[in-house]
Amino acid sequence: MSEQRKIDERYYKLLEEIQALDFVLVELNLYLDTHKGDVQAVKQYNQFTEKRWKLVHEFESCYGPLMNFGHSFSGFPWQWTDTPWPWQV
Amino acid sequence: MWIYEKKLQYPVRVCKCDPKMAKFLLEQYGGADGELAAALRYLNQRYTIPNKVIGLLTDIGTEEFAHLEMIATMVYKLTKDASPEELEAAGLGAHFANHDSALFYSNAAGVPWTATYIQAKGDPIADLYEDIAAEEKARATYQWLIDMTDDPDLQDSLKFLREREVVHSQRFREAVEILKEERDRKKIF
Repeated sequence: MSEQRKIDERYYKLLEEIQALDFVLVELNLYLDTHKGDVQAVKQYNQFTEKRWKLVHEFESCYGPLMNFGHSFSGFPWQWTDTPWPWQV
Repeated sequence: MWIYEKKLQYPVRVCKCDPKMAKFLLEQYGGADGELAAALRYLNQRYTIPNKVIGLLTDIGTEEFAHLEMIATMVYKLTKDASPEELEAAGLGAHFANHDSALFYSNAAGVPWTATYIQAKGDPIADLYEDIAAEEKARATYQWLIDMTDDPDLQDSLKFLREREVVHSQRFREAVEILKEERDRKKIF
């Protein structure tokens, strides 16, 4: 059985903040794939990775795990199967 | 391996139920230059591409799956409140008869996805040129799709995807230069 997680304004706000950080990280990642010697870009990548880590922690403590297979913690009962799924919000 | 993340890469919102637009969007779902073809093309080519560009193919291939999920979300949201009559009026009658409201990997004309859309030649330059062409064709398709809808929320998500094609094309062009440079260096020594 899956439960519906509470979805409020903060859910959308935090989610968009994570998506914004992800945009920076994907861009830096692909750029670094072809410019591996750019020390500034590596530095930025690591800074944003840390920022993302903190924000994801804040999001997950309110709205449950973003990832499965041991990459996020779960509360009880098992939260991974809770709705909403990404296309439902 | 791959890990799923329970979120979209970029928000997908739609202003209205629009099954006709959903039908057109299927071009980027299961079409020749769509996201499924892109993901499978790059992730398959990477096993025999030189080490210097394996990371790029892995990362862009993975990002394509996030784009596939965004397109699926658009199609789902644009059709979820449509009646069978509305689906039929939008040209999705044949789709409904076979799949109900389920998504399926076909193009806008209903032709199912096929592996003949993609290639792996084992020649790194030939493979990367195909990848650059695929990104440019997908970019053009996104432009036509943006032009076909008046839904500002949908346009916003489609514009994000169009820009990603531009970035991917650019990175693939750089990958070609990296391989050419490596090839020329080998000749000198």
